[in-house]
Amino acid sequence: MLKYSIRRLLQSLVTVFIVITLVFLLMRLLPEEGYFGDGYDKLTPEQRENILRKFGLLDPWYIQLRNFYSSLLRGDLGKSIIYRPDVPVIAIIKDKAPFSIAFGLASIFVSLLFGLTMGITMARNKGRFWDKLWTAYVVFINAVPAAVYLLFIQLYLTGIKIGKKPVFPMLFSRGNPRSWILPLLSMSLGGIAGYALWMRRYMVDQLNQDYVKLARAKGLSNKQIMVRHVMRNAFVPMAQYLPSSVLLTISGSIYIESLYSIPGMGGLLVDVIRRQDNVMVQALVLIYSTLGIWGLFLGDILMAVFDPRIRLEKREGAR
Amino acid sequence: MSQKELQVIQAIEDDLFTFAEYDPQAAERVGYSDYSYWGSTLKIFFKNKTVIFFLVLMASLILFATIQPYLPGQKSPTKIHTDPVTGRPLQNQKPSSEFWFGTNVIGQDLWARIWSGTRTSLLIAIIVGIWEVFFGIFIGAIWGYVRQLDAFMTEAYNVINNIPTTILLMLLAYILRPSFKTMVIAMCATGWLGMARFVRNQIVIIRDREYNLASRCLGTPTTRIITKNLLPYLVSVIVMRIALSIPGTIGWEVFLTYIGLGLPIDTPSLGNLLNEGRQVMMAPNLRYQLIFPAVVLSVITISFYVLGNAFADASDPRNHY
Repeated sequence: MLKYSIRRLLQSLVTVFIVITLVFLLMRLLPEEGYFGDGYDKLTPEQRENILRKFGLLDPWYIQLRNFYSSLLRGDLGKSIIYRPDVPVIAIIKDKAPFSIAFGLASIFVSLLFGLTMGITMARNKGRFWDKLWTAYVVFINAVPAAVYLLFIQLYLTGIKIGKKPVFPMLFSRGNPRSWILPLLSMSLGGIAGYALWMRRYMVDQLNQDYVKLARAKGLSNKQIMVRHVMRNAFVPMAQYLPSSVLLTISGSIYIESLYSIPGMGGLLVDVIRRQDNVMVQALVLIYSTLGIWGLFLGDILMAVFDPRIRLEKREGAR
Repeated sequence: MSQKELQVIQAIEDDLFTFAEYDPQAAERVGYSDYSYWGSTLKIFFKNKTVIFFLVLMASLILFATIQPYLPGQKSPTKIHTDPVTGRPLQNQKPSSEFWFGTNVIGQDLWARIWSGTRTSLLIAIIVGIWEVFFGIFIGAIWGYVRQLDAFMTEAYNVINNIPTTILLMLLAYILRPSFKTMVIAMCATGWLGMARFVRNQIVIIRDREYNLASRCLGTPTTRIITKNLLPYLVSVIVMRIALSIPGTIGWEVFLTYIGLGLPIDTPSLGNLLNEGRQVMMAPNLRYQLIFPAVVLSVITISFYVLGNAFADASDPRNHY
């Protein structure tokens, strides 16, 4: 296992290296006008050249790449050039990430809690009222693009009033816990639907399996069968996704953070790409791809921990 | 042995144990089955009442979207309507007998724009969906089955998957002008990844089952194993993915428009319309500009989703009888 882990981690370094180099080169292919935003027409050619020189963009690409890697090896992610000029990238991320991580983790918790409960309720009442009601919910959330239902949630739920005061404020503010509810709810709806769908399908499948019959014949109570056997089996495929979703909470949610003006990371990558802040783009891609790849790896490990039948290394005698 | 059991045994008649005469016709009757895979699939599919409802709903929607511009009295989706007396544009007109869904902020007919947008978005979704299916399954099948390629393909997948689509879209928009074509190219360039990974995982699960091992030992070529042994097994899960990819693509188009990389404004699409509606949604009397496109969009995506799921269920032979 240790040897396998080390190999996977080294492999991930190679992948991240290729990704970041490709992104670096792709960003250099974008037009130079992009670096000036709206002010392009107002600048003289000399001024433009000065700005480009200041960003180090006039050097040949391989020198730029070498400079980038040598500062990266010293642990320096660089300073933003356009988004917030001269502010270190790390400082910007430190500023924004806590919001995204806090909301993301809370939403994972809420989704797991409600999603799994909902899935179990559905499986227990298969074909009856609760099953049909929650299935309708799952279909709706999965089918309708998030942009649509999130807008309507903000539009109509903020209109609920007790007396004259609205219950849920339209925008996020750090000091007002009531303003946290709607973003959290919006963020969790998709997760709840996903977990519920999965849990229901798995439970319905498993309850007819022989090992459940055996457990029942042995005289185990329903609760023991559920917790020790069915749930543990059902959790295995989820274990694959959990680490990546926890690690990637840092990237935030683009719709929800912009709808409620949460100063998090959501949309930051898209924003800096559009404004061609190369340094920011490289730093963010580096962070996201590393976390994404590690998430997959941890998912595999976690899966093997929950289900000892899963072997990650090549088995002896396997072709 | 109880009295009752004895009675049962005595009740069995001896002539049940004599040899039967060989009757070729009776043998035929047992050996013949009129089971046909696609026949049963369709039979089960059409038995479902919900399916019929959504099928009719979706067929009429697509049909109407197609013939709408040829119907009498329809307006152009891009023409800015002006007041014949004052010559000023008819901005934000409420739904009326003249403009069934009202007009937008610059005075274009929302009814015509919604149907034109539906055509654009559906066309994108169908093209990208078909591409995703063929290319994704092709790559996924090879990735999953050919062991020597696994490490390389996984690496390639990780690399492509981690390059932000936004960069590719911006590059494409810079090389080609942003248009319907660039949108389709950009979505095709990255859309197949999910499908490929999905098919790959499925194939890894079943590639070493005994029947495939047997096939390999008998010297069946790889192509034949993939097309005859592996893919038919996966029909129902793949059908489900295809059905989900159409609402998925429509949602993606909405997302790209949202981050400002969508189709140009003069090409109405459901994403564009939703975005226009979002900009005026804070004024309660203009909300119809958000609600109409949102409702049409949701009806389309829900229909595809429900039909896809139902078809996937029907195409699973375990549900046949």
